[in-house]
Amino acid sequence: MKINLGNNEVTMKLNRRSFIKCAAASSAIAAAAAIFPGVSFADWKKQEGASGMITWKKAPCRFCGTGCGVLVGVSGDRAVAVKGDPNCSVNKGLCCVKGYHSVQALYGKDRITKAKVRRNGEMVAVPIKEALDIIAAKMKETIDKHGKDSVAMYGSGQWTIPDGYVASKLFKGCIGTNNLEANARLCMASAVTGFMTSFGIDEPMGCYEDIDHANVFVTWGNNMAEMHPVLFSRMLANRKRRSNVEIIDFATRTTRTSQAADKSILFKPQTDLAVANAICYEIIQNKWVNWDFVNTHVSFHKGLSNIGYGTEDHFAFTDKEESINFEEYKKFLEDYTPEKVEKISGVSAKDIKYLASLYGDPAKKVTSFWCMGMNQHTRGTWIQNLVYNIHLLTGKISAPGNSPFSLTGQPSACGTVREVGTLTHALPHGVVMDEHARELAAKIWDVPVSNIDPKPTYHTVEMFRALDRGDIKFMWIQVTNPMVTMPNLNRYRNGALKDDRFIVVSDVYPTPTTDVADVILPAAMWIEQEGMFGNSERRTQHFAEIVPPPGEAMSDTWQLIEVARRLGYEKQFPWGKDEYIGKIWEEYRRFHEGPKHNMAPYTVLLERSGVQWPFVDGKETRWRFNPKYDPACTNGKDFDFYGKKDNTAWIWARPYEPAAESPDAEYNFWLNTGRVLEHWHTGSMTRRVPILHQAMPASYVELNPEDAADLGVVNGEKVKIISRRGSIVMPASINGRGVPPRGMVFVPFFDESYLINELTLDAFCPISKQPDYKKCAVRLEKVS
Amino acid sequence: MPIFSYLAIPEAGAVDKLCAELSSINCCEIIPAENKEIVILVTDTPNAATETKLQEQLNGLKSLQSLSMTFGHSDEDQLGKQRGDHEA
Repeated sequence: MKINLGNNEVTMKLNRRSFIKCAAASSAIAAAAAIFPGVSFADWKKQEGASGMITWKKAPCRFCGTGCGVLVGVSGDRAVAVKGDPNCSVNKGLCCVKGYHSVQALYGKDRITKAKVRRNGEMVAVPIKEALDIIAAKMKETIDKHGKDSVAMYGSGQWTIPDGYVASKLFKGCIGTNNLEANARLCMASAVTGFMTSFGIDEPMGCYEDIDHANVFVTWGNNMAEMHPVLFSRMLANRKRRSNVEIIDFATRTTRTSQAADKSILFKPQTDLAVANAICYEIIQNKWVNWDFVNTHVSFHKGLSNIGYGTEDHFAFTDKEESINFEEYKKFLEDYTPEKVEKISGVSAKDIKYLASLYGDPAKKVTSFWCMGMNQHTRGTWIQNLVYNIHLLTGKISAPGNSPFSLTGQPSACGTVREVGTLTHALPHGVVMDEHARELAAKIWDVPVSNIDPKPTYHTVEMFRALDRGDIKFMWIQVTNPMVTMPNLNRYRNGALKDDRFIVVSDVYPTPTTDVADVILPAAMWIEQEGMFGNSERRTQHFAEIVPPPGEAMSDTWQLIEVARRLGYEKQFPWGKDEYIGKIWEEYRRFHEGPKHNMAPYTVLLERSGVQWPFVDGKETRWRFNPKYDPACTNGKDFDFYGKKDNTAWIWARPYEPAAESPDAEYNFWLNTGRVLEHWHTGSMTRRVPILHQAMPASYVELNPEDAADLGVVNGEKVKIISRRGSIVMPASINGRGVPPRGMVFVPFFDESYLINELTLDAFCPISKQPDYKKCAVRLEKVS
Repeated sequence: MPIFSYLAIPEAGAVDKLCAELSSINCCEIIPAENKEIVILVTDTPNAATETKLQEQLNGLKSLQSLSMTFGHSDEDQLGKQRGDHEA
């Protein structure tokens, strides 16, 4: 392991050994925390502090959308240890196994430290200034030849807020194209459209403190034990501490979350839509509706049905909203009696009634959690609406413990993508279609308003289709790995490799995406740069540059600034290297002025382990729409749903519609994909952490034991999985940490050696444009 | 030169005795939990012979109910992930 300390060899050996011992202690602490929730090791901190070798600096964790506060131990120029930040309300000193080992991800052997350019088919190292010159020249040439909409940027929910902000300013404000998307389209776009259609304003109304107040937790297709382990531990700790807490896991396969839950209910893929409607039917039939709340704060609506799946190029859909009354909504629900839905969903009428009784009991506070299971869904917007319907009918919303809570997957999917608006239709405040939003952006960015195009161009799937078709010729990809994550991957990889396409990739390690690049830029990672993330509970978290980036690596923000200046936009990007993050933040903050979204000043972010917005008069807002907590409420009532112009929250009549592709006689299994505890997304960072790699070295296909027996496959034997789009051979996992029901297989996507997305389908929710990675049809063969 | 960490669970009521005994053994560092009867043990031995001797000493502790390994490192088999390491 190369150690860039600049000290003598003895010191290097001592520090390396001490680093490994810190990692050993961290692993033990993580294991202890999993077994004994709430366990504390205060003496460890004293010992470390007393050593005099390590200084501790605050940062949010690099992985997942929880936003755990960590303290990074630094010795010289090297990050050597991590512990949970006890002052951060998110995790109160706890981390998961990824968090405890996060700094080791900085120091993989094959870290990209130099720029590379493809010459005669080979990647050749060049000075980074030369690579930036080439990028700017290629962008200019492409725009001159093919127009501004022939260049595109594809970013990430792992972008820092300044990364996304300067990308938006450059592409939307300066170049004048809306060809800006981010991988959060693949993970939380349906959450956004769910919020916008139900409440007219994005992001959760509650906060993690809901966990300390709720009596019932329902996890909707959400394996929190592996995906949000720190929050799940907090749930378990509450269940242990309080006698009246229960956890219901409502899912399509049995997971660690199911095992820890008080009750596990399995449903057939896609039928969560029907079950949610059946819960509402029961609530109404049993007179559990909170009429005081509904009469004052709720209105009823319906939209179009049979809305398609977007599998064809240039697919377009616009919903048509129509107001209805309660009686019409009640009539709509008659198709969803528990007995009828039992036949669709496989969930017994008894269990549906049980779920309804939990939501309907006025004495119980209920928090619903969801993430990818509801977001990656061809009716993703609808299922969000339907779960909000349950909370709205019962008035269980916007109060401590009563919370429909959409969790995000990435550390700044909220902060960078949703708040900055790094999607084709969005601006840092409002949407490009809104004249006032364009005027505000032009004023703050100091560009002519005519620069900002009022028409969105391509959402992510369509953007990669445009690259394949040749409508887009140049694409710059930062902080993400689409050549692992795009559904129907073969098409999009082939598109990126076509002769007249030019791909720039900024990353920290080689990946299948850098494999298709014409230019690779070495990027600073996490605490090698200053920045901010925004987590799932509206919390903005600042981190300083704690250690220097290796070689010529630079922040993605600064890469964009360098190229913008080369394109002639010096006036819009005037900042110096020692000040740019603070300056960018203060400029960006102007977009959100006002009580509904005011952000904390830079100086406040520096001091605290995260600040929740709206930040008004020096106070954070924990529960929105509730005047006890939210200064934006002005209607004088007990709640104020100020997002919609009619000041109501909207209940939607949304039907059950089947998945885009379901098992049939030829392809007789569901394929479900997802993540594992040990690895972050495509594994490009966590697979370089030895202990995480050892714990989960390779991907696998989970089979139901009876299906495995029918196929004649035992644990570890190879299985070929075949879809209409591709095939893959993988080892079988039977009765492992997850067990699918008969007729389903599950494959984690973290392992680039097994590109499961070559099999998945690029169908998406027509409203959110988010693909469904949880449902397509495959068949299986034993490999002899 | 292996480094290991363990969760050490004491016999009932013996946490203080366990801490004292572990602290007295060379190559052992302990981190007791402040609110549970559990101790983290980190061992750092210079060679295989010392490691074997240490294991014998640990096995002989009457105050120790169980020992669960949570981390292992040896300079001899240090991992370093290279692309392609994980091909099937």
